[in-house]
Amino acid sequence: MKRYIDFYLASMKISILEQIQYSVANYFYMIGMITEPVIYLVVWTTIAKQQGGSAGGYTVGAFAAYYIIWTLVRNMNIVFTPYGWEWRIREGRLSMELMRPIHPIHGDVAFFAGWKFVVILLWLPLAAILSWIFRPTFDIRWMEVIVFALAIWGAYLIRTMLLSLLGMITFWTTRVSAIFELYFGLELILSGRLVPMTIMPAWVQSLSNYLPFKWTFFFPIEVLVGNMTDAQLWSGICMQALWVGSGILILNLIWGFAIKQYSAVGG
Amino acid sequence: MNPIKLALTYLRIGVLNEMQYRVNFFIQLLQSFISVATGLIGLSLVFGQVTTLAGWSRPELLAVMGVHLLMGGVIRSIIQPNMERLMDDVRNGTLDFALTKPADAQTLISVREFRFWQLVDVIVGMVVISIAFFQLKSSLGIFQLLGFLAALLMGGVMLYSVWLMVTSISFWVIRVQDISNLFEGLYAAGRWPIGIYPDWLRTGLTFLVPVAFAVTVPAEALTNRLDGTSLLFAFGMTILFVIFARGLWLLGLSNYSGASS
Repeated sequence: MKRYIDFYLASMKISILEQIQYSVANYFYMIGMITEPVIYLVVWTTIAKQQGGSAGGYTVGAFAAYYIIWTLVRNMNIVFTPYGWEWRIREGRLSMELMRPIHPIHGDVAFFAGWKFVVILLWLPLAAILSWIFRPTFDIRWMEVIVFALAIWGAYLIRTMLLSLLGMITFWTTRVSAIFELYFGLELILSGRLVPMTIMPAWVQSLSNYLPFKWTFFFPIEVLVGNMTDAQLWSGICMQALWVGSGILILNLIWGFAIKQYSAVGG
Repeated sequence: MNPIKLALTYLRIGVLNEMQYRVNFFIQLLQSFISVATGLIGLSLVFGQVTTLAGWSRPELLAVMGVHLLMGGVIRSIIQPNMERLMDDVRNGTLDFALTKPADAQTLISVREFRFWQLVDVIVGMVVISIAFFQLKSSLGIFQLLGFLAALLMGGVMLYSVWLMVTSISFWVIRVQDISNLFEGLYAAGRWPIGIYPDWLRTGLTFLVPVAFAVTVPAEALTNRLDGTSLLFAFGMTILFVIFARGLWLLGLSNYSGASS
């Protein structure tokens, strides 16, 4: 156990130091990312105003709050991409990582987790500017802040598991971009990234209850923006833990088969 | 050498190259369908709540989506690949190979790459526009069609100019890949008519990144919202963008020291 803790601390420290150096590049990246929620926000604000102040139960201020918290949750959702897996397997880079006495996925989790600290720091001024422009309305309790602080890491871990599983398809075929795009399309609809899940048709909402996606987007955002009871908040965290646990199990299972498919090419 | 002949030659090489990978056509087709599907879902969510969005009806917004898709295909097949190659060339010093050729350097660096299969998006965009038109039940007049084509062409030239300006920055600042990310993010704003955005954003989307001219204005031409004055204004802006882009490119080029390879 101790060697894992040491490994994580060291990798996170390296990634923090590395990413701090590129803070301008990181900022460009983050600003580029912010256009997406701003577009959704403007569209839904227009609709809410046309309907006399609210749409689907969200007021103009609540939409602003939803999409501003969205920007942080989206950044927490950035993990090692399936395209990275494709590159790693196609180019034979994985060989090097397999030599290490630790599962390669630990390296990904630790590196991006370290990066998150830099991202959160850089996000604060952006959130302040967005709040100044779009005037969100919040009604936040202490318990919500605590659960949110946990939920964004839960979201990070669930998405890491999902995208790693997706990336591992590359062990069998390297023509994966269409599969990846299909996945991202589904995720967009079923996670609450496009609109709050409550605006979706009822059948989409009930479908999303059986899938992991909404626990990576809608749930963490709603913790701060919505009005959940303490019981609802903590059962949400339990659901996240359940998905992380299942993710780890399935990942281990598939990895066993997948790694037998791997034949190094160069690297 | 005749620039048009040069462009056509590179175009042919690009097509021949891509013809080797025919499966990519189907992959591209599938990806286009996915993006159309998510776009349609977005539209149906909006129109589940209201009947018009900022004065645009559902088929009219479908036309905007079609133009956005079409123009996106043009960017990804011609503009973006060439500009990304230019960024790499400046960083690696391999731009020397283009500069030593006996043709205008700007023409050369603008036509070297061509991603044929990305044109699938152009076709799918046209299909979406046709469906929108069918739903609108209006007939397309000759002036309307000419206005649309002219607006489309000018929008494309403006987008190219902005890309060239942004890429020219790589003569001074090496890491500009993230700027192209930013550009892609801003282009996504064109999915909706520019009129819905707050003033400051609308100004940016008109004069800094001319998404307004590239997507909204052609869509306005299709939906009978465009008058001659706007078209004339777009023409003036096109000229300005081209001149600025050429100027910045030449300035950057004079700053290029090359040959690190």
